Amino acid sequence: MIHRRAVLTGLGVVAPTGGDTAEYWETTLAGRSAIGPITRYDASRHPVRLAGEVRAFDASGTVEQRILAQTDLWTHFALVAAQRALAAANLTTVGGNDFGIGVTTSSSSGGNAFGQREIQALWSKGSTFVGPYQSIAWFYAASTGQLSIAHQLRGPCGVICTEAAGGLDALAHARRVIRRGTRAVLTGGTEAPVSPYAVTCQVPAGTLFTGAEPARAYLPFARDAAGHVPGEGGAMMLLEEAESARDRGVPALAEVTGYAAAFTAPSFDRQDAGGWAPTAPALAAAIRGALADARLSPADIDAVVADAVGVQAADRAEVAALRAALGERATRIPVTAPKAGVGRLYSGGAALDAATAALAIRDGVLPPTPSVTVADLDEDIDLVTGSARRLALENVLVVARGFGGFASALVLSRVPDLASHL
Amino acid sequence: MTRRVAVTGIGVVAPGGIGIKDFWELLVDGRTATRQISLFDAAPFRSRIAAECDFDPVAEGLTEAEVYRLDRHIQLGIVAAREAVEDAGLAAGATDGWRTGVVMGTAVGSTTRLEDEYVVVSGAGREWVVDADNPHPYLYHALVPSTLASEVAGDNAAHGPVMTVSNGCTSGLDAVGYGFQLIEDGQADVVIAGAADAPISPITVACFDAIHATSTRNDDPAHASRPFDADRDGFVLGEGAAVLILEELQHARRRGAQVYCELGGFATFGNAYHMTGLTTEGVEMAAAITSALDQAHANPDEVDYVNAHGSSTRQNDRHETAAVKRSLGDHAYRTAMSSIKSMVGHSLGGIGSIELVACVLAMENGVIPPTANYETRDPECDLDYVPREARPARLDLVVSVGSGFGGFQSAVVLDGAGRRAR
Repeated sequence: MIHRRAVLTGLGVVAPTGGDTAEYWETTLAGRSAIGPITRYDASRHPVRLAGEVRAFDASGTVEQRILAQTDLWTHFALVAAQRALAAANLTTVGGNDFGIGVTTSSSSGGNAFGQREIQALWSKGSTFVGPYQSIAWFYAASTGQLSIAHQLRGPCGVICTEAAGGLDALAHARRVIRRGTRAVLTGGTEAPVSPYAVTCQVPAGTLFTGAEPARAYLPFARDAAGHVPGEGGAMMLLEEAESARDRGVPALAEVTGYAAAFTAPSFDRQDAGGWAPTAPALAAAIRGALADARLSPADIDAVVADAVGVQAADRAEVAALRAALGERATRIPVTAPKAGVGRLYSGGAALDAATAALAIRDGVLPPTPSVTVADLDEDIDLVTGSARRLALENVLVVARGFGGFASALVLSRVPDLASHL
Repeated sequence: MTRRVAVTGIGVVAPGGIGIKDFWELLVDGRTATRQISLFDAAPFRSRIAAECDFDPVAEGLTEAEVYRLDRHIQLGIVAAREAVEDAGLAAGATDGWRTGVVMGTAVGSTTRLEDEYVVVSGAGREWVVDADNPHPYLYHALVPSTLASEVAGDNAAHGPVMTVSNGCTSGLDAVGYGFQLIEDGQADVVIAGAADAPISPITVACFDAIHATSTRNDDPAHASRPFDADRDGFVLGEGAAVLILEELQHARRRGAQVYCELGGFATFGNAYHMTGLTTEGVEMAAAITSALDQAHANPDEVDYVNAHGSSTRQNDRHETAAVKRSLGDHAYRTAMSSIKSMVGHSLGGIGSIELVACVLAMENGVIPPTANYETRDPECDLDYVPREARPARLDLVVSVGSGFGGFQSAVVLDGAGRRAR
């Protein structure tokens, strides 16, 4: 079967390491971390005191004040990132009366701070103090709905929830939509999980760092890995049918050439890190499936953007999956985890990883994993640490897992030149 | 060659009917399950009525550990999935788990559990920085909406693609639609597809109070949900879950499975108009119906029955009537159209799957469920809404539509005559 091809023609980032795509990329290539003390509320008495916060974020120049008041921070991130993605794709006037462009986001916790404020109003003051926008700000479909309205995108709209794997699964769903005839899909994910009740809800997951030193807070693949911190932001991208991009004369950053997802349930009596071991076979199956989908062999994969949970058992399971799926090559492929500098962005994290992979392919450079050194490594992998590494990147594998047993793998490939390539 | 998708099993937990048998009896009798809210003290609220499930999780086969771990919507979803899996004859090991996927829809996820635990850690709303020292051990399961899908997948040893879909009130149709696409695309042979919501909690009731979306016929709950009736005054909140087993047709035939019908087509579009508002024209819903019929190789005048969104709000009923006229032309006046929300209320994301199960049963039994409480004609809603009494009819082409949050409009076509072969 000949599929319509889906290429990324624009992306927009909002991350702790950069309020926009250019700043994010510069900071990420420099290997700087933005993990620091939580400032959004007084977390001094909380077990979790560090996070990757998006600082100096001001959506007021991009988003109407009325909409800002009616939505939560995670939707503000999505609206700003989407605006940038569409501008980067040279698609500033979109919409109209056709159904050609859709929206697919991932979501894993919804409008946390907004929701908490309204529940607090209900319980401290009474039912009539709940405002009219709780119904449109708190629930998981808020960002997709607002994006559809803001840009008049009337194609298929959807929201995929697979915890931290969501960003990849949203991209895959967007590709599915494009293959069925839609011209383009605005896709990606953002998250704003740094609010008092949302962080409290994350505590029982058992993987958050509870210390005070930012430099120790998120050390994936390291012997003294001690968990991770929550982070804010994410990425939005325009995924577009290749001929549409060519006809518009916009270059493609990368093509989504392969994807697969698989699942293995954890054992529920183990809430500790030991529950991670069963994720290896699913992640391996997802990687194999993604390579088969892209018609590539392990030798064709030039780099891996890792899931990198920062919990020893989880990281070992990830390396085991890479070995199982890629064989000997797993120890020689450069692996990187820039998320060590921003925290786990949940559904926004894998979207940001995909955006990072696209930027890496564009510039032929792999950003390093902040905070980790080669001497720290627990496993025999070629983790890019210290400084960015220049190399030609044809195919980059992005992997992600979601709490509960989700595993996804996506291959992004360089597109030489759309005009001659199609 | 197109892979065709069969429905080989169904399961349901609905107000007034746990299990297929009781649910179908309720619908055929035209009884209503709407009543005074009993799940919490609703005295302070504007709308104090709902369609509740009389659901005892342990009696329905869940363990105490599952009840402790999971929000009510997941409990409902698991029970519905078990019934569907059994109905499809898919005992453990009957299929390849790596070729079995799960797609489950929910609009509000575990918000009931999240609210209950919020009250505990905040001292009933006293503290903004809530107590994070001793949260419920499964609170993270409640934060992430993906838990619905991961729990159903774990319960059924599914290892293929697994996801939660959270598209507001179209979640239940879209989840089935996405499952259909996964099988069509070859990513799975069997998909456990459905939806669940259990939103009857103070915060969600307050949300709808605030936007005056729900009925205030508090003194007459049995007659409060009145789709298409001139005297309607809003929807009645409901809860419930339903699951359909979707299966690649040859796969079903090889194992000698029962085939209820085929899933002929699915489409969804956004109106890009308003998060909760609808236009009077119904253009996007009409486009979804037309696209789904095209995929099913069916003509509009072959439609035997339209299962309406019929939420019992004035704007919905007019919008939907316009959409059906726009997509079916004059045939709209000849086809039957009814809303089971008149009997089981509006369970947000859950209802789309419950309605699809009702459609499967209607085709199987040759009976159209009625619109209960329909008494007074609204001049702007002038189609055949099957008032109050079930109607025998041969049904081999059925459309089910959904509409809601974010402006999303979806349609699913069920085909009993193998049109996709032609």
